[in-house]
Amino acid sequence: MPDGAQPVLDVRDLKTIFKIRGGEVHAVNNVSFDLKPGELLGVVGESGSGKSVTMMSLLGLLPSPPADVQNGTVTFDGEDLLKVDPETLRTVRGGKIGFVFQDPMTSLNPVYNVGMQIMEPLRKHMGMSKKAATVRAKELLELVGIPDAERRLKDYPHQFSGGMRQRVMIAIALACDPKVLVADEPTTALDVTIQAQILELMKELQERLGMAVIWITHDLGVVAGIADRVLVMYGGQIVEQAPTRSLFKNPQHPYTRALLKTVPRVTGGREDRLAIIEGQPPILGAQPTACPFRDRCDVAFDRCSQENPQRFDVGDGHDAACFFDAMTGAPRNA
Amino acid sequence: MLDGPKTETKLVEVSDLKMHFPIHTGLFRRHTGDVKAVDGVSFDIFEGETLGLVGESGCGKSTCGRAVLRLYDITDGSINIDGAEIGDTPQSQLRGKRPTMQMVFQDPQASLNPRMTVQAIIQEPLDEHTNLSKDEKREKVLALMDQVGLNRKFAGRYPHAFSGGQRQRIGIARALALNPKFIVCDEPIAALDVSIQAQVVNLLEDLQQEFGLTYLFISHDLSMVRHIANRVAVMYLGKIVELAPREALYDAPLHPYTKALLSAVPEPDPDLHAAMERTILTGDVPSPANPPKGCNFCTRCPAVMDICKQEDPEYREVLPGQFVACHHYNGITDPADVRAASEAQ
Repeated sequence: MPDGAQPVLDVRDLKTIFKIRGGEVHAVNNVSFDLKPGELLGVVGESGSGKSVTMMSLLGLLPSPPADVQNGTVTFDGEDLLKVDPETLRTVRGGKIGFVFQDPMTSLNPVYNVGMQIMEPLRKHMGMSKKAATVRAKELLELVGIPDAERRLKDYPHQFSGGMRQRVMIAIALACDPKVLVADEPTTALDVTIQAQILELMKELQERLGMAVIWITHDLGVVAGIADRVLVMYGGQIVEQAPTRSLFKNPQHPYTRALLKTVPRVTGGREDRLAIIEGQPPILGAQPTACPFRDRCDVAFDRCSQENPQRFDVGDGHDAACFFDAMTGAPRNA
Repeated sequence: MLDGPKTETKLVEVSDLKMHFPIHTGLFRRHTGDVKAVDGVSFDIFEGETLGLVGESGCGKSTCGRAVLRLYDITDGSINIDGAEIGDTPQSQLRGKRPTMQMVFQDPQASLNPRMTVQAIIQEPLDEHTNLSKDEKREKVLALMDQVGLNRKFAGRYPHAFSGGQRQRIGIARALALNPKFIVCDEPIAALDVSIQAQVVNLLEDLQQEFGLTYLFISHDLSMVRHIANRVAVMYLGKIVELAPREALYDAPLHPYTKALLSAVPEPDPDLHAAMERTILTGDVPSPANPPKGCNFCTRCPAVMDICKQEDPEYREVLPGQFVACHHYNGITDPADVRAASEAQ
C-alpha cells in the first residue's frame, strides 16, 4: 500500500437516514474514510452497524424513499458521486466500481445463463461485440478458477454450487477492470472450507490486478487474514480505524477490545467462560448526541453521555472515537 | 465449564442411525434413489456432558439432531435415550417421552409463533404435558423467564417486540419448561450477532450446571464448539469422520478432513494467521444423493490413497476415546504409530 498516494475514493461526512412509519432510523452518521489505490480495506461491524448502508449510499443503490442520503461528499475520479446525474452513476457502477454481494443465489438472475450475465457489463460498459465479450467472459471464468470455462458459460446459476456462484459474481464484478471492488460479506453464506478458497482467490486477484478493495464482514478472523487496514463500525459510526496489525495488537476502542475478547478461537488458550458484552446494540432513532456504545462500555464516564466523541488520532494512522485514552488509562484532555 | 463427563452413565446411545430421504422422479413418481442425509452414525452422550456436532452445510448434522429426537421416522438404526429405545417407537407413543428430550432451534424468528404471547409460548408444553392449575402454570412461566434472563414484565408481549438474542432466550425457556434431561441445540447462535452469541452460550452453560442438562450442540462454528463441548464429533457427507475429546480434536486431529476444517477457520491474530500452514481443500462437497465410491471424502482429500476410492473406511477407536474413519489408520493400535501415521499425511 503506497503511503500518501492520492485516494481513489474519498468519503466525507456521509449521513444516511431511513424515514419509516413512526420515525427515522439514523443508519449512517457522519462517516468519513478514504481508500488508497491497491489497498484492501476491511469494514467490520455487527448487523445494524451501518456497514452495508454506507457502501450502498455512496453508490446510490438505496431506494429513496425510505432512504435519504442527507449529507456528505463521495469523491471518485474527481467527481462527487452524490451529485452526478443517474446516467453517469450508472456508468460508474459495474464499470469502474464493481460489486460482490453476500448471497450469490439471489444476486444472480436464475433465468439467464452465467455467460449472458458476465457479458452484460462488457457489452453495456465497454461496448464490446458479442464475439469479443464471449472470449472475455471465458477468460474471466478462468481467472476466477472455474474449470471447463467455455462449457460452463452456458450453464445456469442453479447448476453451480455456492462457492462457484460466488466465483461467478466475482467474475462479473471484475469484468470491466474496476478501480474499486466493493465486496459485501462475500463469504458469509459459504462454508469455512469454501470461504478459505474464496479468500485465497481474492487476495491473489487483488495483487495481480492491483485494484482497491473494500471488504465488508462481521468476522474479525477474515479481516485479520486479508485486510491492510480496518474500519470498525458501531451504531452507524466509525469507532476505530487502524492498520490491521495495529488494530489487533493494540485495539483502542472499548468496543473493539470487547469484541476481540468475546470471540472464541480454535487455537491457543481456551477461556472457561466467554467474556460478554452486556446489553444490546443501540436503536438509532435520532441524531446521536452521545457515544453510541456508552451503555455497554466498561470505561464510560460522564462525558460519554453528554457528547458524541470525534475520532482521536493516536498515531501511526490509527484513530479511535473514544474519550477514554486506552494508552494512559485515563480520560483524554482534548 | 465442567471438564469431562460428570458421570459414566450414558444418557443417549445412538447406533448405526440412518436417515434416507427417497427421491421420486418421472411420470409415475418412481423411487429412483435416496438422499443419504445421515448414513450410519453412532455415538454416545454421557449424562451432564455436551457433545458438539460440527460440519459444513449439507453434511447432515441438523438431520442427525432431528432424527435423534425422532422428529423423523428413521430409516434404520437404534436410538436409546434415558434407558428407553425410541428408534422404532410409533409417533403416537413418543408423546409421553417428549418431556425428557427437547430442542432449541436455529432461527428464533421462525420457531416462535408470532401470534402467541411469550407467556403462551412458554406455557404451551405445560398445557400439553402437565395437569398444573392456571396459577401454577403462570408461576412456572415467570420462574422460567427469570432463569433465562428475561424480564417478567414482558410476559404479555409478542415475539416481534424482542431482539434476536432475547427471542432465543424464549426458545430456551420453552425447551426447559418440562424439566428435560436432554436438549438438542440446533445452531442456537448461528442467527445472532457476535456480541450476543457469547451471552446465549453462557446462559446455556449456566443452565447445564444448574439442572445437570445434557446437550447435543450442533454448529458449524468450530471455535464456539471448542468453547462449549466436552467431546466433538465431525460430520462429512452423512457420516461421522472423527469423534474425540475436545483437546484431542483441536490439538491433534487425526482425520484429514478435521485438519483441513480447522486450518480453514480464520484466525483473528495477524501474526498467528501469517504463521499458519493452511490446507485449502479443492472442489465442493459431493451430493449426498450420489456419494463417491469408497471413502466419502476421497474426492477432496489431500492424502488420498488408492484404497480410499475402493473401500469405505471402518469407523473405530484408534486412541482412547478418539474415533476415526480413515484408511491411514488401518491396523494401527499403538498410540505412537497413530501419531506417526497422522504426521505422515
